[in-house]
Amino acid sequence: MRDSLGYRVFIHTAAVVVAVAVLAPFAWLLISSIAAPADLLSRPLHWIPAHPSFSRYENVLFNPRNGSAATFRAGMRNSAIVAASSVAISLGVGIFGAYAFARLRFRFRRVILLLFLSTYMLPPIALVISLYLTMARLHLLDTRLGLILVYCSFITPFVLWIMSGYFQSIPRELEDAARIDGCTRIGALFRVILPLARSGILATALFGFLLAWDEFLYALIFTSSLNSKTIPVAIAEFTGRHTVNFGMQATGGILASLPPLAIAFVFQRYLVGGLASGAVKG
Amino acid sequence: MGAVQIKEVRPAVTRGGGPWRRLFSQEGPTAVVLLLPSLIVVFGIIIYPLLKTLYTSFFAVDSAFPGHYPFVGLGNYAHVLRTGEFWDAVGHTAYFTVLTTFLEVFFGLLIGLLLNTDLKGRWLFRSIVILPWALPTIVNGAMWRWIFNADYGALNALLTQLHIIPHYRAWLGDPWTALNMVAVADIWKNTPLAAFFILAALQTIPGDLCEAARVDGAGRLRSFFSITLPLLMPTIVIILVLRTMEAFKVFDIIYVMTGGGPANGTETVAYYTYVEAFSNQLFGEGAALAYIIAIFILFFAIIYMRMLQRGEVEY
Repeated sequence: MRDSLGYRVFIHTAAVVVAVAVLAPFAWLLISSIAAPADLLSRPLHWIPAHPSFSRYENVLFNPRNGSAATFRAGMRNSAIVAASSVAISLGVGIFGAYAFARLRFRFRRVILLLFLSTYMLPPIALVISLYLTMARLHLLDTRLGLILVYCSFITPFVLWIMSGYFQSIPRELEDAARIDGCTRIGALFRVILPLARSGILATALFGFLLAWDEFLYALIFTSSLNSKTIPVAIAEFTGRHTVNFGMQATGGILASLPPLAIAFVFQRYLVGGLASGAVKG
Repeated sequence: MGAVQIKEVRPAVTRGGGPWRRLFSQEGPTAVVLLLPSLIVVFGIIIYPLLKTLYTSFFAVDSAFPGHYPFVGLGNYAHVLRTGEFWDAVGHTAYFTVLTTFLEVFFGLLIGLLLNTDLKGRWLFRSIVILPWALPTIVNGAMWRWIFNADYGALNALLTQLHIIPHYRAWLGDPWTALNMVAVADIWKNTPLAAFFILAALQTIPGDLCEAARVDGAGRLRSFFSITLPLLMPTIVIILVLRTMEAFKVFDIIYVMTGGGPANGTETVAYYTYVEAFSNQLFGEGAALAYIIAIFILFFAIIYMRMLQRGEVEY
């Protein structure tokens, strides 16, 4: 059925309005990071900076003498290491569990599944007090290893949730055929199921990475030095300490957001498909 | 020749007893082996702290050092439930939860429908709309705090230059406005998720269904309300409950935007718990609070599970 001209004008106008509402705050963040301090503090405000400069980026990325810049760099490095490691471990263990939930019949299947899902509902604040005391005893406070372990505890249920949805969508017959040809169950999982679930694995990995990159409460409580402080903690600290240095806040914010924004922009289809299929199928 | 081949394959395919059947049905031990790593990684890490927090909630623990603290039974719970500040925090949390969840579902529905139309440059539009969701929560909070700044903020500049307000205002300066402004920042960030859930659900609705209704003379609005919306209901319920649970746990954005102020006006239950446990060192009370929040959320979780079980739609 053909759409009327009025309808087409309406949806395109609406799309432009939404895009502006989404992009305007980002644009202001970007402008704040390259504008001179005088421009940012002017009244009436100059929206377009007279002398844009990328010196703050240079400062954050390369200046060895600036303490805040060093914290940002360490934060980015720690976040990357913690997020990548916890995703790798969670996928490594979670894929097998997800397969069990998707394909096997066993006692208490439903109860165990609910147990895993219910961990997502636990407020982290309920765990953080005792975890802090335990980690202090194990000398894991202010280490990346400590954070990685804790992050695995909330990324793994996510892997189970989304990947079992993916596995269910792969026809059982393919697997049966492989097993009749002499494959073991695990062999079929590796040779038939996993290759078919590639896009699901990618989506799950990226999603886990975003979750870990965004996590704040545990990092806030467990980290205290450049050894393990992640980027959200570094930013929150900087924002709290240098309340009027808006330019640097914006610069740090943009650098911290680039990895997750790039992931979302490029892999939008995978992420959304994976998330939605997992959530709706349970 | 063909008949022989079929006969050869048959014993393996049929599932009526025999050695094959037994091999296939012994799934329990396999499941245990496959699930064990996940069980260890998840519950090995959380089960002890979870129980330990419960234990702590029965003692008057008032420092981070190990030692003997007096047993108070449900005293911490009783004390918390009698505190005015706790109920204020519950009020803020409830208001924040209802406001953000409702508006995120409402805007998410509209934007989700828009994402599903055949716009020119649809791929680009979808990639733009998802961006706020990917922005780290802390950066989102810091960004909006800067936009709402009383002296130099972009919102003040925009509204005065458009002559909508005469003077700069302290958007985060009084408790009521501040709570609403934090909600704005949250809605801006989380609406995309709702929109993409709606989009995913819309894509499973056969196109000919609406087409048929329109051929039969139903208008666009009519076919939306009598066909599309009912089919979207299960997804809408899922978003509602997921977002409710998330909003109930809200902490990060409060921490970075207002620190619970002004005058505790934006203090949510999770934030209040954090302050009691880590600023005031009242770990026993903090633990009791944490369990009270967990019980609230468990309540939503049960609703969620019920909805999911009933949520299967067929057409």
